[in-house]
Amino acid sequence: MKLTKLTLAAALLAGPAIAEEIMPVDVAYVDGAIESSLTGMPGDAANAPAIMDKGAGNCIACHAVSALSDIPFHGEVGPPLDGAGSRWSEAELRGIVANAKMTFEGSVMPSFYKNDGFTRPGDGYTGKAASGPVQPLLTAQQVEDVVAFLMTLKDE
Amino acid sequence: MKKRTATTSLTWLALASVSLAAPAFADEDAALVVNGEIEMVTETEAPAHLDGALSTIRSGWTFRTSETQALQMDDFDNPAMVFVDQAAEAWNTADGSEGKSCASCHEGAETMTGLRASMPKWNEAAGEVWTMEMYINDCREKRMGAEPWGWKAQPMLNMTALIGAQSRGLPMNVAIDGPVQETWEKGKEIYYTRYGQLELSCANCHEDNYDNYIRADHLSQGQTNGFPVYRLKQANLIAVHNRFKGCIRDTMAETYSEGSPEFVALELYVASRGNGLTVETPAVRN
Ligand code: HEC
Ligand code: HEC
Repeated sequence: MKLTKLTLAAALLAGPAIAEEIMPVDVAYVDGAIESSLTGMPGDAANAPAIMDKGAGNCIACHAVSALSDIPFHGEVGPPLDGAGSRWSEAELRGIVANAKMTFEGSVMPSFYKNDGFTRPGDGYTGKAASGPVQPLLTAQQVEDVVAFLMTLKDE
Repeated sequence: MKKRTATTSLTWLALASVSLAAPAFADEDAALVVNGEIEMVTETEAPAHLDGALSTIRSGWTFRTSETQALQMDDFDNPAMVFVDQAAEAWNTADGSEGKSCASCHEGAETMTGLRASMPKWNEAAGEVWTMEMYINDCREKRMGAEPWGWKAQPMLNMTALIGAQSRGLPMNVAIDGPVQETWEKGKEIYYTRYGQLELSCANCHEDNYDNYIRADHLSQGQTNGFPVYRLKQANLIAVHNRFKGCIRDTMAETYSEGSPEFVALELYVASRGNGLTVETPAVRN
């Protein structure tokens, strides 16, 4: 009886701990990939288009995405993302979105889940110095939402 | 992992051309002849110091739409010319405690021909690299007894446009060695530094990605041979340090300020990347 209670208590405690966000500095990259969800939960692909448009991701500035063709002016600095969900595993995509430089050495793609190591970090787009600690470009939740969306981009 | 970079790049290069609805391309082979007489070099072999980083250098004019390009082909259409005219007036107007104008010492503005093509350059007396703005303010303070102009002040923008325009059609030829070398090296270092939270260097956009679209913007090589340029968006002349500031700000970085030693060094380095392109001041941009 006692044992069961203890196990139950442990499970209850462990529950929220598992769902806790992994902080940018604690992310473990294996060959550029991140195995498990940064939030402990699956992302919601429906939130991704807003993030990838002029939102915090601004992915469309550099990438064309056919599925988002209602958004104007897709860039061509990076490869089109069509079929990304077939080319890469979820863990690889999570790694690319969080810090593409772990997969593509020296990439021009910004690191979206990183908050240190910058040269003259600014206060957003004001041109002024950052006033406090730098927040990552995307939250853990936003990274997961974008990854969930990328996984839907399959080759036909 | 590096292997992947190569393969992906190849795939997307092939894909990139089919999937994009981009704004109307300008005719890349169009020639820029201003007023039917000043023949511009808008594309030429890259200077040797670029060491293969670029094989050809291209004026920002070649990246603009045909509508914007046309505005630069005739002074009657070039919206910057009203500012040049204002400066021509200021040139002859006495200012400051000495009661002198630019013309008192320099006669006509055409005596400035060739200057812009070698700017920024070493100033022996000051022992540092000087830009056009610094020369202008030196005259105002020391010889005219007048207040210096701010780098973004309208009379300063106008005057740099007037003086620059005297060199239209002459090839950029800034010195990079001798006393300026140290400053040039510093500028080069800044050019390749990945600033801000987006970790982007000038080279990431203007060397690695020129001719690509970033959102709706057609990336040029970021050449400075047309500065100060008239920007349709701002309906005004824009000084080169102001442009640098905007570009660094867009990397989510703390910028340097107009006239800072960093931007003077960067101006020299970027100008040297355009050695061989002709001065187009005042160019027109969107
Ligand atoms: C400043 C440009 C830039 C931005 C912004 C950008 N990327 Fe990228 N991205 C690249 C480049 C360039 C590559 C190609 C890798 C390389 O060679 O560096 C790439 C590669 C990728 C890849 C792998 C390519 C493939 O499909 O095989 C994915 C997936 C990706 N990016 C997703 C995103 C997402 C999602 C965002 C926004 C949250 C984003 N990118 C924002 C430039 C960018
Ligand atoms: C995130 C991308 C990006 C970065 C990084 C960047 N620029 Fe730019 N730059 C642009 C865009 C977009 C324009 C407007 C279109 C064009 O001319 O390329 C521009 C325009 C310019 C121009 C005007 C060119 C003309 O003909 O009117 C100059 C000069 C310039 N940049 C220099 C620089 C320098 C120097 C740096 C580094 C301090 C830099 N840029 C960094 C995106 C960038």
